[in-house]
Amino acid sequence: MNTQEFIAWLQHPGLTHFLILSGLLFSLGLFAILTRRNAIMVLMGIELILNAANINFVAFSRYVTGTLDGHVVAIFVIILAACEAAIALAIVLNIYQNFNTVNVDEINELKN
Amino acid sequence: MSPETLLTLAVLVWLLPLLDFVVLIFLHKRLPRSGDWFGTSILFAVLTLACVVFFTKVNLYHDQTLAATFTWIDLGNVPVLGSLKIDLGLMIDNVTAIMLVVVAIVSALVHLFSIGYMAGDVRYGRYFAYLGFFTFSMFGIVLTNNFLLLYVSWELVGLSSYLLIGHWFEKTFAANASKKAFIVNRFGDVGMFIGILILFTTFHSFRFDVIFESIRAGHIPFGSDAWLTAAGILVFCGAVGKSAQFPLHVWLPDAMEGPTPVSALIHAATMVAAGVYLITRTFVMMTADALMVIAYIGAVTAFISATIALVQNDIKKVLAYSTISQLGYMVMGLGVGAYTAGFFHLTTHAMFKAGLFLGAGSVIHGMHGALHHVNDHHTDPQDIRNMGGLANKMPITFLAFLMYTLAICGIPFTSGFLSKDEILAGTLAYGSLTGHYIIPVIGFFVAGLTAFYMFRLVILTFFGEHKDKTRSDAIHESPRVMTIPLIIFAVLSFFMFYSFNPIDASSGWFAQAVQRPESSVPTVLAPANAEVFEEAVHEAHVPAMLLSLTVASIGILAAFGMYYWKKINADVLAEKFKLLHTFLLNKWYFDELYDATIIQGTLAIAAAYRWFDTYIIDGIVNGAAKWTVGLTNGVSRTWEENKFGAAVYVLAFAALSIFIGWQITAALLPMNAGMGTVIGYGALGFGVACFVFFLFYAGVGGFDNKIIDGIVNLVAYLTGFFGLLTRKLQTGKVQTYLAFVLLGVMVFFLWFK
Repeated sequence: MNTQEFIAWLQHPGLTHFLILSGLLFSLGLFAILTRRNAIMVLMGIELILNAANINFVAFSRYVTGTLDGHVVAIFVIILAACEAAIALAIVLNIYQNFNTVNVDEINELKN
Repeated sequence: MSPETLLTLAVLVWLLPLLDFVVLIFLHKRLPRSGDWFGTSILFAVLTLACVVFFTKVNLYHDQTLAATFTWIDLGNVPVLGSLKIDLGLMIDNVTAIMLVVVAIVSALVHLFSIGYMAGDVRYGRYFAYLGFFTFSMFGIVLTNNFLLLYVSWELVGLSSYLLIGHWFEKTFAANASKKAFIVNRFGDVGMFIGILILFTTFHSFRFDVIFESIRAGHIPFGSDAWLTAAGILVFCGAVGKSAQFPLHVWLPDAMEGPTPVSALIHAATMVAAGVYLITRTFVMMTADALMVIAYIGAVTAFISATIALVQNDIKKVLAYSTISQLGYMVMGLGVGAYTAGFFHLTTHAMFKAGLFLGAGSVIHGMHGALHHVNDHHTDPQDIRNMGGLANKMPITFLAFLMYTLAICGIPFTSGFLSKDEILAGTLAYGSLTGHYIIPVIGFFVAGLTAFYMFRLVILTFFGEHKDKTRSDAIHESPRVMTIPLIIFAVLSFFMFYSFNPIDASSGWFAQAVQRPESSVPTVLAPANAEVFEEAVHEAHVPAMLLSLTVASIGILAAFGMYYWKKINADVLAEKFKLLHTFLLNKWYFDELYDATIIQGTLAIAAAYRWFDTYIIDGIVNGAAKWTVGLTNGVSRTWEENKFGAAVYVLAFAALSIFIGWQITAALLPMNAGMGTVIGYGALGFGVACFVFFLFYAGVGGFDNKIIDGIVNLVAYLTGFFGLLTRKLQTGKVQTYLAFVLLGVMVFFLWFK
């Protein structure tokens, strides 16, 4: 479709818009996990994925069921993300103390 | 007193010495004085009980035989053998009752004597234990009513004899003598065993009464007289061994290596009497031929040993040969049919021969003490040439010894006179009935010889002058423990205990108690029956008595003439008849004869067997070992060591492989197969055959090494190879692993949508 229709499509957001968004965010997060060298960047990727999942939940909750179940689950996910981020950072700190680097490519003692 | 009580007392008499043995053999080290008082008091208690049994039996149950039997094993009908039911038990008849007292008296007095004689001995307690064991076994022989228990007790007395002769087993002579006694006895026992088996096979019972009744009813072994005679002679073989008859008499003189009280108990009075007892027991089943054999063997034995006793110089050897000679008398007496006389002589002989041996023990004891006193350790205390003049030094021993000698020579008023006379009368009767006159001739001749050598012994030991004055001063009478038995035996050698008539015993209690039983053998085979025999004996009695007195007097006079009045010089006589003298001195060279024939023969057979075992049996065993090794090594390695073996292998394996291939083809081939199928399966079989052949060719070891190990190695290599490949996946980076996870999840979703 042409630009005019595209802009009109954008002006009236539905479920599809949010799913596409969360999909995009998910892929970006996955890309970050798989390709970043820095461990902190990997963690950021994880956060992105979690947020994408959150958007998904809320969108479905708004457009499909009309209840607040999705919103409640999103709150749980945020909490869990926070805990998980704390622990992950603690692990990265330990890795730094052990290996003196946070470059994931260099933490390969299990190689071969 | 009821029969049951009597039988119970008899069992007590039998088993108390066993208790004595068991207690002493385990506890003799812990008892004070090694328990000699324990053994002796048990034996005296046994003697009392035996006397009670004897008096009750002879007075209350004079003509009965008391018996108690129980079934030991009952296997019903066994195939091939028939009925197999073994009864055991004991019986008391007058013969048994008398034997109980005889054995008990001699054993008790020997126990008493041993306290003095064996004082300070190195194995004092064990000695008394074995004496008890012997007494138990001897009672076993006397009390049983069946051949099985008889055989068991027979062997046990043989064992006791072995143990007691070898009491001082440090001495090689004693150890060899005990072995000789046992082995020579065994020879006789083999014959006895075969005889017992013949009887068992025929009558399916070991019991005397059953067997004798069956024979009386006409049932004889294998229906043949020859077998019945054979059975009788074979059972007599046991007596030949045990009672030292010719040709198995060689063990008795060697048995003198044992202590003298042992010689008195076993080899004079009781064990050797067991053979005579056996003949007494089995008398009723002996045919006339068997009895003739018995009579001749007895006569020959008496003759041979009397001649040897003439020239022996060891006091115990003279007595040993005298024992053999008197045993020959007893056997001869039973053989000619003088049943009562033979058994009577056994009883009287037991008393005076035990006394003679104990007296000799007393003399040896005195000589030993004197030699010790003068510190002389070379002179033989048992050699009569070293003795002399002991009559004054050891009066009690001398008087007792003289009494025994008078008894053995058959001088009136002694017990020996009565019994010997009966036997000689019996032989005369036998001679007149059957015409075998050589037997009474031998009997009387031996009586003369007996008188001669016994008085020679007495004179050389007790009369005359002792060579060495200091030694003879040191000799003194033996202690009372030793002289009391001597006195008791001397008293028992008087005639009055057996008959109130000093000349003729047939009216005495003994002859009434022990009467010749009716033979069970069919009349045509039986010896002369009792009445006929009694008639002949009665006629022969007075001539026998006169003749025996004559030869005895001649013997005694000759002995005095040669040794006391020194009218004829013994040494000069020996020189003149040097060949004969040497022959007699060397015991007729029996030992050398047996050594050259039987012993060397046995050793040769043993050597042959050893060759067989070493070369053939071991050859097979070693060959099997080598074969197994060759199997492992395979043909190529075996070829190096043993070309012949390798060639054999190849041929064997080829044959084996072809065979296996053939069998597989044949087994797998279905019926009605077409040519193609046959060829197909044939190829399969051929393949298998090749494989098997290759298998064995390479050797089982090679197979293991190359193929099995090859497979294992291959697997290991492959694992390593693939491992190496897959190792590359392990980058150690988390992101790589996450990428793989993602890949997997996508595949999962696409595949299972």
